[in-house]
Amino acid sequence: MTVTADTETDASQQAVAERVRKIREAQDVGVSRAEGWRRRGPLLPALIFMIVVTQIPFLFTLYYSTLSWNLVRPGSRQFVGLQNYISVVKDSQFWTVALNTVVLIVVVVIVSAFLGLLLALLLDRAFLGRGIVRTLLITPFLVTPVAAALIWKTTILDPTNGILNWVLSLVGIGKVDWIGQFPLTMVMVVLIWQWTPFMMLLILAGLQSMPRDILEAGRVDGAGAFQLFRELTLPHLRRFIELGVVLGAIYLVNTFDAIYMLTQGGPGIASANLPFYIYQRAFLGFDMGQAAAYAVVVVIFTMIIASFALRLIFKSFSGKEEAA
Amino acid sequence: MTTTVEKVTETTAPATASKKKSREFSPWAVVAWLVGLGFFFPVFWMVLTAFKQEGDAATSPPTLFFTPTLDQFKAVFEQGIGPAMANSLFATGISTLLVLLLGVPAAFALSLRPVRKTQDALFFFMSTKMLPIVAAILPLYVIVSYIGLLDNIWALVILYTSMNLPIAVWMMRSFFLEVPGELLEAASLDGASLWRSVREVILPLVSPGIAATALICVIFAWNEFFFAVNLTAVNAQTMPVYLVGFIAGEGQYWAVLSAAATMAALPVILCGWFAQNKLVRGLSFGAIK
Repeated sequence: MTVTADTETDASQQAVAERVRKIREAQDVGVSRAEGWRRRGPLLPALIFMIVVTQIPFLFTLYYSTLSWNLVRPGSRQFVGLQNYISVVKDSQFWTVALNTVVLIVVVVIVSAFLGLLLALLLDRAFLGRGIVRTLLITPFLVTPVAAALIWKTTILDPTNGILNWVLSLVGIGKVDWIGQFPLTMVMVVLIWQWTPFMMLLILAGLQSMPRDILEAGRVDGAGAFQLFRELTLPHLRRFIELGVVLGAIYLVNTFDAIYMLTQGGPGIASANLPFYIYQRAFLGFDMGQAAAYAVVVVIFTMIIASFALRLIFKSFSGKEEAA
Repeated sequence: MTTTVEKVTETTAPATASKKKSREFSPWAVVAWLVGLGFFFPVFWMVLTAFKQEGDAATSPPTLFFTPTLDQFKAVFEQGIGPAMANSLFATGISTLLVLLLGVPAAFALSLRPVRKTQDALFFFMSTKMLPIVAAILPLYVIVSYIGLLDNIWALVILYTSMNLPIAVWMMRSFFLEVPGELLEAASLDGASLWRSVREVILPLVSPGIAATALICVIFAWNEFFFAVNLTAVNAQTMPVYLVGFIAGEGQYWAVLSAAATMAALPVILCGWFAQNKLVRGLSFGAIK
């Protein structure tokens, strides 16, 4: 009963809010030009700064991608149109690296979201020292990624003296050259270690925003723990998990530190992703035109994820503002 | 009135429940502790190794009992961690300051009732965060070397400001939105005494938000590696770039390497622990509180 009453008041409140918004908009048009600029004023320095620092370089990247330009060949800046893009598509390495990028993002995001969900469920119940356990769990996300990769590469995954091989030797498993044999997997392991806490934090925030009385009501109605989870908790968490997945994907497109420190993209390009490959092309191969074309491809790739992300974030914002 | 009553019951009920439950023993608590310690282990191992002598560091089986020493930290300072740390502090500190100077007013403007086009600015700020940084690095490298800022810490200051500004604008906006709307509007319309009303009414209300935003910016700026490794060399190298030097001594000097890694990671870990309640808000652009 309360539920229906709530939705009714919500609906009427929304209608009122909508009307207020329209009236305000109408007023805004009437707001004097000076007043409008005074309201926008504080926004302008930040806006101009961001346009200059982030948009102009990107326009240059677009321009560079149409040039045949090698930094070590002076006088090599000729316009070649879409030539660079054609060689990107023809480059067999590009497809390997693109696939690595997708695999890395998808695996890391899905595994860390799943682990994050489990950890969040563990932490949602009260127990002695919960605050300390939470603090311990978020630490991997805070550790400087370069430092984390360095520690994993040496003290943990090293074939001769790494602690992982020592632990495995206790159960009779011989020494494994983890990074040499499974380079991309090990990059993903370290990333999952760092990103699981991120997912956990988002999902935990979702769990804690869950109205307790609904769960209580479900329990009174005789629903089992698993049923409660599937029918009530998971639908409520959906938005948080989606947001975590999309944000995680956006941050992970930029993955560079872990690859640079653990494998240098190797052997060959077996564990390189697009940012690392572009870095190699530009700063080790000095091929600016080619690298720029790759960069533009990455942007297109990211925009596809980003369009989902923006929609989701705005959905959660409007959802919240309606509720408020 | 009803809302206040609801709020009171909401806040007190879980508190009493948790007190009751925390006294009960539950196997899940043991699981949670084990998982927590497991995730923390690499960090623990890093700090532990930093206090070993080199002879105890790279051994199999691992050395658990040893006489702790500060030798490795001394060695790290002799190997020039000082300037790298100063660079990191400078880039992090100044960029965070700039982010707040630019971002807090912007967020204020964006939380007032909208004037035409201001909402588009919100979209724009977020969309810059979704542009992969690799897409900008080539021209940035060219521009930075053209204006003579290659291997100069100011290049990083500017880039870190642009990297954190969108997060700060969104996060601060979410804090401004919690301030009663009438207060915000009054402050913005109050012509002559605008600055005074902002300073005396609004800023005290959002100062916890500013602190949290600053901490998030510090974390991201301190840990940043991609710009740093591409745009700096010796003079302006930051802590993460300094750490790269230790790959060279592959497997040889784990103790000193751990000491350096500890020095790099510790400041941010502490900031993060301190800001952990606001971490989610920063990471989700204020979408989740």
